[in-house]
Amino acid sequence: MRVFRAVVVTAVVLFLLAPLVVITVGSVNPSRYLQFPPDGFSLNWYGELFTDPGWQDSIRYSLTIAATSAALAVLIATPLAFVLRTYRIRLAPVIYTLGILPFMLPPIISALGMQVFWLSVGHVGRIENVIIAHAVFFSTLPLVTISLAMETMDRALPEAAQTLGADRRTTFRTITLPLLVPSMITGYAAAFVLSLNEYIISFLVAGFTVETLPVKIVNGLRYGFTPTIAAVAVVFIVIAATTFTLFAIFGNLMKFLGADPEILEKNG
Amino acid sequence: MSERERPTRGAYGVLAFPVAMLVIFFLIPFGIMVATSFYHRVEGAFWTPAFELDNWERLLHPVFLERAVFSIGICLLAGLVCVGIAFPFTYFLTRMRRRAHVTLLIVVLSALSLSEVIVAFTWYILLGRASGVSNILVWLGLMNEPAAYQPSFVAVLLGLAYIAFPYCVLTLYPQLTRLDPELTEAAQTMGASPWRTFWTVVIPIARPIIVAGFLLVFVFTLGSYIIAFFLGRPEHWTLSVFIADQASAQANVPFASAMAIFLTLLSLLVVGVVGLIESRTRRI
Repeated sequence: MRVFRAVVVTAVVLFLLAPLVVITVGSVNPSRYLQFPPDGFSLNWYGELFTDPGWQDSIRYSLTIAATSAALAVLIATPLAFVLRTYRIRLAPVIYTLGILPFMLPPIISALGMQVFWLSVGHVGRIENVIIAHAVFFSTLPLVTISLAMETMDRALPEAAQTLGADRRTTFRTITLPLLVPSMITGYAAAFVLSLNEYIISFLVAGFTVETLPVKIVNGLRYGFTPTIAAVAVVFIVIAATTFTLFAIFGNLMKFLGADPEILEKNG
Repeated sequence: MSERERPTRGAYGVLAFPVAMLVIFFLIPFGIMVATSFYHRVEGAFWTPAFELDNWERLLHPVFLERAVFSIGICLLAGLVCVGIAFPFTYFLTRMRRRAHVTLLIVVLSALSLSEVIVAFTWYILLGRASGVSNILVWLGLMNEPAAYQPSFVAVLLGLAYIAFPYCVLTLYPQLTRLDPELTEAAQTMGASPWRTFWTVVIPIARPIIVAGFLLVFVFTLGSYIIAFFLGRPEHWTLSVFIADQASAQANVPFASAMAIFLTLLSLLVVGVVGLIESRTRRI
């Protein structure tokens, strides 16, 4: 069993890390073609990422779309999570299902739906089309995190505020909302990262005019590999791994992922 | 549940914006897509409104059915491979000390945060002739000359397993941390070997969550686009790739819509089964 455990864990770690190793090596290889073993070390490809106008545009598009669509996703999710978890609403299960449905279905469904929608409306190839499509598709993530926070929140707090004479609006603004902020940030971060990585919706909705990073990478790959692509990938991974490491240090990563608190204490 | 308040007019007012967004930008587009699936395709243009069943009839052609069966098959296989590896991995992970535990979680989450595009691209290189794993084998003297392993069926399967693996681990994780260690300890006190305990105690208890993880991988890989597109030949394409190909390269949106609705129904069916399993196993 011990041997089996070592084999499984090592194999999985190697499997998961293999792509990371390849692109890191590729991104610092001075030659235009990826080769093994590498023939030197250079950071030129990272430089190109920040000087080439094409990549600059893509970075700007991707960051704009990710930042605004994640914000819009939180704006969609917060009132849904709050009202559905506070009031008795008969259609609550239907509305909640509608909120998680886009994300449950394969992304190609949202992609094609949005494509025919914008074609029918006659508003094609704009950046706001992608922002709205991503916001609706990824609003499920903040919806889930905020709903969980609503469920675990101490009901006595807003009730106490109301007993002390605060009206609903004041109670929401001064008690409920501050308690929801961490879950809103988590939901925002998840929507942001996934929007940054998303390909098929961006491509079908406005792929020819708004070239986001994933779309540009795929278009670039059609003409063959360039080390700049590897450099982009490394930047992405560093951002993600840093976020999760900070999470593990400052928050409780295991609890966040749903681990049983008792077991965590035993494992120490 | 019982302590929930009666809705006020303000509460409905607050709901208006999110519900309007979901209806306008999800339900209505879906409705347009359903309508489009009955429209007539015009070569060189887009389509004209009509009511014909041509696109739906095309779904019954042996060629399409073969594609549908292929993509369901490869996604089921990806589910099997994923769960087969993710289950023992997650089980060992949950029994590790905090430091190793968190480190492995970070590795899993880093893999999760990789764009599908980047995963496809790195496996494209790793399995390629120019600078892939075969070069390492040649360097070690295990092979005579480098070989290309993509495009191929195995490459697509590997890519699909890679993107789904972190999600699979995260589905199994919460339940496996709740697996009472006293059960396995009891089995071992009674003389069962760790192997026997794993097979006869751990796996039977966790069976429902294994099934849920398997179906989750299935739906997730069914939605994957770039992996099959990059690592496979057209005969290895999954439904998502066909839909996107019809919608963009072939400019046949009506047929793409019909296929998309078929894929929606298939996914809803699987998601429904997962929901049923989860509601039954809440009490583990």
